[in-house]
Amino acid sequence: MTTTRTVLTIAALTLREASRQRVLLALTAMTVVLIALSGWGFSRLAAESGGTLTSGEALLTASILLNLVMFGFSLIAALGTAFLAGPTLAGETESGIALSVLARPIRRSAFLLGKWLGLVAFGSGFVVLAGLAQCLVVRATVGYWPPQPAAALALLAAQTTALLTLAVLLSTAVSPMASGVVAVGLFGTAWVAGVVGGIGASLGNASVERVGTVSRMLLPTDGLWRGAMHAFQDPTALLRLGDEGGQAFPFLSAAPLTPSYLAWAALWVAMVWGLAAASFVRKDL
Amino acid sequence: MTAPVEADRRAAAQLVADMPPGPAAWCSGLRKRYGKQQAVSDVSFEVGRGEVVGLLGPNGAGKTSVIKMLLGLVHPDAGEVVLLGRPAADPAARARVGYLPELFRYQPWLSPVEVLALHVRLSGADVPTGEQSEALALVGLADRADDRLGGFSKGMQQRLGLAVALVARPELVVLDEPTSALDPLGRADVRDIVLSLRERGVAVLLNSHLIGEVERVCDRVVILDRGRVAAAGSLAELLGRHELHLHLTGLSPAAQARLAETGHVEREGDWFTVALPADDVDTAVPDLVGDLIALGARVHAVEPARISLEDRLLGILRDGAGARQ
Repeated sequence: MTTTRTVLTIAALTLREASRQRVLLALTAMTVVLIALSGWGFSRLAAESGGTLTSGEALLTASILLNLVMFGFSLIAALGTAFLAGPTLAGETESGIALSVLARPIRRSAFLLGKWLGLVAFGSGFVVLAGLAQCLVVRATVGYWPPQPAAALALLAAQTTALLTLAVLLSTAVSPMASGVVAVGLFGTAWVAGVVGGIGASLGNASVERVGTVSRMLLPTDGLWRGAMHAFQDPTALLRLGDEGGQAFPFLSAAPLTPSYLAWAALWVAMVWGLAAASFVRKDL
Repeated sequence: MTAPVEADRRAAAQLVADMPPGPAAWCSGLRKRYGKQQAVSDVSFEVGRGEVVGLLGPNGAGKTSVIKMLLGLVHPDAGEVVLLGRPAADPAARARVGYLPELFRYQPWLSPVEVLALHVRLSGADVPTGEQSEALALVGLADRADDRLGGFSKGMQQRLGLAVALVARPELVVLDEPTSALDPLGRADVRDIVLSLRERGVAVLLNSHLIGEVERVCDRVVILDRGRVAAAGSLAELLGRHELHLHLTGLSPAAQARLAETGHVEREGDWFTVALPADDVDTAVPDLVGDLIALGARVHAVEPARISLEDRLLGILRDGAGARQ
């Protein structure tokens, strides 16, 4: 059995698992509700502003609202994938499902890569589809289209990938539930640290600002999220809010991502995956 | 010039082809420690091609740990494993190995057909779907083939596990407590399946608490106790030891000494049970009886007795416990 075939078989199995679990139903329901609510909200915004909002104000509002809804999606994706990653890896080793599979002529690293790939495909597929649907709803209701939709959706997918890689690492070491809870907790903490850092920047307080910078290095989900927001929002939105206000506001991003930060995020994912593989390969089942 | 070289090469290839294949499973010096607990210490044994070997021992003897080390699921602290002629560190060594774990659980969101297809794919074997269905029929799951496993009972999951172990045309099948969740009918099915595997030349390593089952199907037995091999051998070697029941009165100390000289003696009133040496059964009995009479004992009855595997196992484990004390 070639390694590629093993990886693809396990990835397909993981996707099939995700599609047959209740998680998918819950995710779809939440997403549809969120898109419907935001569609209604955007259409009310368009109807009631009527002409009282200047086009610049309308752009700012649309950008903020779009980022807010996208944050909702990234949260749903984070919860969904983190709670899928735990059961699919830690749960299977605990229950014994992994025993008969890993006794086959396959490498554990190939098995782990397959699981990871399946989860990445599932999580990224979800945020890209839901995000795209949301962008189309916004265009239909208020006529706003983000400046870099493809880059924004790719960054959302990257954020989901980073978080689920962390969940995979945790699930090689701790129980299924704990790995999901810890991963989502860290995701939330990184976001809060990012907001704190933004407030620090707007106040000109370097040490508070460093909180955000350090957290973005330790867990790149917040950094990637800020990059995604920047690609969703109108370029003139920040100017309207004022530079300082823009930095402190959690649903607008002051700057695009630098290539070096993207490289760091990729390296981070590779390192965390490597740690997960090292831990999983050595595990006694 | 090239013709002799070719001939030599052909002769060498023939030599290799004629070499007997290595054992189905071979392990040497396996050790495993969990924390302070030495679970397995220095376990070595082999399962020959086409041979059915039983792994016996009390709870916590290290049987499942040994099986998991053979299959690469647990990493030994020391020791070597070779499966079907390949070192077990290479996953390809498990290409022709089927395994039913003690903790048998299969993906609840799949159906039996899908589970078998998955395992065939992972094994790299080319097994047509018809043959996969036969494996399901063999374990009595043909009419539940397309139902989700979520609603299956433990017994049905264990039957499926047996089909998973058999589906990819294995040359070695490792069954860890294969009848723990089965009813008597299911146990009889497992016994028939193991016997048919032996007929087809498939090696089987069977870990079971049911000594009667092991005695009926196994060629050889390895008895583990506290992580060590307490005894190993063919059933004939382990059980070939005959015993003699004797009803004696008027036993002088010299006659008692003569009894003890023969083998291990157990006494219940006037009845004595003596273990006979395996090598000279033909002469031992008449010699012993003649000597006892010459030493003044009155012999009322002499009955041959054959011990069961269960008695032998208990004897070995008790001897081990006695030696430790």
